Amino acid sequence: MRRVLTVLTRPFTETTGLARWMLVVGVALTAVFVICAIFAPWLAPYGFAQSSDHGVRFQKLAHPSSAHLFGTDRLFFDVFSRVIWGARTALEVVILSMAVCIVIGVPLGLASGYYGGWFDRIMVLIMDAFYAFPSFLLAIVFSFLLTNAFGGSVIAVSLSLSAIYIPQYFRVVRNTTLSAKEATYVEAARAIGASDGTIMRRYLFGNVIQSVPVLGTLNAADAILTLAGLGFLGLGIQSTEAAEWGHDLNRALADAGSGVWWTGLYPGLAIVLLVTGLTLVGEGLNETLNPTLRRRRLLPVVLPSAHPANPTQEEQN
Amino acid sequence: MPTKPDVSPVATSEAGPLVEVRDLSVHFQLRGGTLARLFGRDTGTIKAVDGIDLALRPGEVVGLVGESGSGKSTLGRALLGLVPATSGSVRLRDKDLSALNRRQLRDIRRVVQMVFQDPNAALNPSMTVEEAVGDALRVHGMRSASERRKGVIEALERVGLSPVELFLSKYPRDLSGGQKQRVVLARAIVLDPELLVADEPVSMLDMSVRAKILQLMLDLKQDLGLTYVYITHDLATAKYFCDRVAIMYLGRVVEIGPTEEIFANPRHPYTKALLAAIPEPDPDKMVPRDLPRGEIPDAAQPPLGCAFHPRCPEAVHNCGWESRDLRALIEEHWLRADAAYDEERTVIGDLEHLDTPSTSATLGSGGSAQVRAILDRMKAEDPSEPLWSGVTSIEDSASGVTVHFEPAPAPALRRAGGVEVACVLYPEGSDQEGSPRS
Amino acid sequence: MAMDLTDETIGTSAMPGPVISARDVRVWYGTTRGAIRAVDGVSFDLAPGETLGLVGESGCGKSTLGRGLMGLLPEGAKRDGQVLFRGRDIFSLSQKAAYQMRGRELGMIFQEPLTRLNPLMRISQHFEETIKQHEPDLSKDEIRDRALEALRLMGIPPTRYRSYPHEFSGGMRQRLMIALALVLRPAFVVADEPTTALDVLVEAQIVQILNDLRRNFQTALLLITHNVGIVAEACDRVAVMYAGRIVEQGKVADVFKNPQHPYTRELLRSTISLTTTGLNYIPGAPPDLVDPPDGCRFHPRCPDAMNVCATKNPVNIERPGGGRVECWLAGPEDQIPAGGKQPLKQEELTVADEA
Repeated sequence: MRRVLTVLTRPFTETTGLARWMLVVGVALTAVFVICAIFAPWLAPYGFAQSSDHGVRFQKLAHPSSAHLFGTDRLFFDVFSRVIWGARTALEVVILSMAVCIVIGVPLGLASGYYGGWFDRIMVLIMDAFYAFPSFLLAIVFSFLLTNAFGGSVIAVSLSLSAIYIPQYFRVVRNTTLSAKEATYVEAARAIGASDGTIMRRYLFGNVIQSVPVLGTLNAADAILTLAGLGFLGLGIQSTEAAEWGHDLNRALADAGSGVWWTGLYPGLAIVLLVTGLTLVGEGLNETLNPTLRRRRLLPVVLPSAHPANPTQEEQN
Repeated sequence: MPTKPDVSPVATSEAGPLVEVRDLSVHFQLRGGTLARLFGRDTGTIKAVDGIDLALRPGEVVGLVGESGSGKSTLGRALLGLVPATSGSVRLRDKDLSALNRRQLRDIRRVVQMVFQDPNAALNPSMTVEEAVGDALRVHGMRSASERRKGVIEALERVGLSPVELFLSKYPRDLSGGQKQRVVLARAIVLDPELLVADEPVSMLDMSVRAKILQLMLDLKQDLGLTYVYITHDLATAKYFCDRVAIMYLGRVVEIGPTEEIFANPRHPYTKALLAAIPEPDPDKMVPRDLPRGEIPDAAQPPLGCAFHPRCPEAVHNCGWESRDLRALIEEHWLRADAAYDEERTVIGDLEHLDTPSTSATLGSGGSAQVRAILDRMKAEDPSEPLWSGVTSIEDSASGVTVHFEPAPAPALRRAGGVEVACVLYPEGSDQEGSPRS
Repeated sequence: MAMDLTDETIGTSAMPGPVISARDVRVWYGTTRGAIRAVDGVSFDLAPGETLGLVGESGCGKSTLGRGLMGLLPEGAKRDGQVLFRGRDIFSLSQKAAYQMRGRELGMIFQEPLTRLNPLMRISQHFEETIKQHEPDLSKDEIRDRALEALRLMGIPPTRYRSYPHEFSGGMRQRLMIALALVLRPAFVVADEPTTALDVLVEAQIVQILNDLRRNFQTALLLITHNVGIVAEACDRVAVMYAGRIVEQGKVADVFKNPQHPYTRELLRSTISLTTTGLNYIPGAPPDLVDPPDGCRFHPRCPDAMNVCATKNPVNIERPGGGRVECWLAGPEDQIPAGGKQPLKQEELTVADEA
């Protein structure tokens, strides 16, 4: 238990100055959105696709007021509620897609790096082909394909995001495996008679996985943007399926000309803040977890006077 | 005074060898640059181990001594089947390692274990001491955690890591070098092996603990009836620790025999050089030393003939002189003849082509007479240089000369006195007392 | 501990005066646990052409002292004391002046030569850059002559002048590093474990080269090593360092034949050499330098510890036979309190304290 705690607090205790500040701000921003996502049903005054309350229809494009903090949009939805529900959608998509990435990308990278040979070459070729393709275009293609299979749901969007991030996990894990497998402790494991599976599971995994959290948080930020982009193009989740900021921005586009600013501002702000938060967390983690950036910092030291009231120093010269 | 603690080898005659290595070769394919690989060019092989015979009797300590690139570590790893044999065989009792599949090879490692040079790298940084040692039991099928714990505690106590509770949950980063090496030893003995291959087990440790770890290894051998292969570059510890020593150079054994005999009466010039090179802390024992020149040559293109001849202070005419030796000699000459360098350089011309090993070397771009003059000057400078005795003829060629050397095969191991030595100074049928033929 | 190191006591009276004269040098690192006193009051002199071997276990501050003298300390480390280089205090120089001095008058040879050479630069370019930095007026030919001369002394043939670092073997690279460090003829060179990464025979070659240095260059050399054998072969004097202090120094033959400090004695005894007939070791490990033991820092590991050793700092006195030593066994008798010579009851050292 204490071990888990020290591991969790390590990024904070081991950073100083700007890095720690970035991390704290990032964690705070992200935490706000996580809380919104978890407690959306209690925090949001209305449902994400609710256009009336107690039989009373909301006003269309109402100004922000005490009844509707962020106003309402052209579909009569409450903007504040949709921003909060949007956090839940974003988190769902990010967690789901990252989980798929890790479940597929990490073992593939591990095996590819460990075994090498033709398997590795083919895997690298496939992954590089994916990686070289413009990622947003790839996401569009996949969401087209997957929407047919799953409908415009969270799952479809998550899977199409996974498709563009798996190559990154693969590459990172494969490269760290390549260097880690040369370590003496891996040879030592072989010398005690460990099988390939055991070596990968018990000796390499724990040392290779350390690069994943940084990649995960940075990818999460990117995923939010891609999700919003897909929604903006109308390819993502439909308004009635879930609240999604990108999609709301798309609809707000038409309002901007007529002086309606609240339908666009708040979802946009949410995207910017969450992406900023996640990026700051990622960079902050990078400072502590990435050994190439991590430097042992020395603290200033005060040397006490060597010979208080001792004149021998002068005598020697 | 006996120089060694009393370790009488277990009766050997009835048991037969524990491990028998026969004509073992381990070659590694060199991975060339990207271009070479793209065009499928031959990038060469390194003969890390090149035709070695070795038998280990149960209970003895055999030292494999040599510098880096001598193949001593590769040979040690081949005993565990960690590197595949290119040809020849390693037999453990009645099992030929090269005939075993991966699964059977893993089972072999119950019997043969290894200790590594760098204790900081040999332990998984994300495993505690208990996990690290216990994993050896676990991979060999001990499922019960409590049984594993019992085994781990016993092994840790054996290597002196007591009180055990203090160490069980520690990570490698919390331990000192000596303690880590003890954990590595515990992991090696926890499976109750018969043979321990120790690859430079003390060379990374501070000198104040080296003796302690060596003593521990001797104790373990006594208590558990272990057989050791002790790999080292340090003849001083080998002398103290081993019953038998094999001196290795560029993948071959150049001298092998009982420790006392090798140290009292070294025969191979390489062995003599290694002995002379050990810095002695006693300031009275300083002697001017005739050190071998140069360094260990490129293993991908070993010298022709005896691999040690370019550095050998006792070389003779039939050691396998060749073009690269001539290049080295010319360069050495220029080290001394500083003033004449620029002028001679234009006469001799390029030397790069001499790097292709051959028993004839063509050189010179300024006319054969001038080149001959330079060669004569070099010869006059140091007439005792053994390379000249290996020159059979010097012919004029287009713009310079072609020097022909006496071709010579690499010497094989031959019995000489109480040891076996691979050196042309000890040819077949040389006298049994083992003094070199004059 | 007033120290009064004069030329006579150091044993260099015949020399024209020291190149380097260090007094009460301290180098501390700040950490979250407190200050690490890596070097804590070290004094020594080095005459021109003299080689001083600095030995001790790892973690005794040897390397830190070397780097401290060169001014190559990481940020956050503090040094004080006084180091006179030909009469100039180098610890009080400005950054620029110190930079000017390094390379030209103070040279350094490192353990791993490959990491110190730029793989994309030819050997000739390395020399050109080094020499130009300090003597910008030299012509290219003069630079070449100087470089070839330095290489020649290290046994590197002139044909290799235009090669790249990767074309050299490990020992050759170390020779290159030495040639680069010496091409400007510095008066004082620190060599930090220069042979540790090398093979036995090559190590012996490099030791011979270092041995010849004084004849060829009149360089004062501080040779940091953990190998007492190398000290015996290549050094005139030896300084034994333990826990941030030099506990004994003097002529190599004197100190090794007749060690006055128990640490020196135990260090020599634990070294395994060809004449070793039994295994000896020093129990325990060097102390944590954040909070070193009171009194003599070696007393918890010392087989001859007395009561006084645990309470009172040993006095730096003249060593019988020349040199200095810091140990109550050597005296001074009149400063040992009554009952101070009783053997000290020590805590037993277990594997848990081992190095």
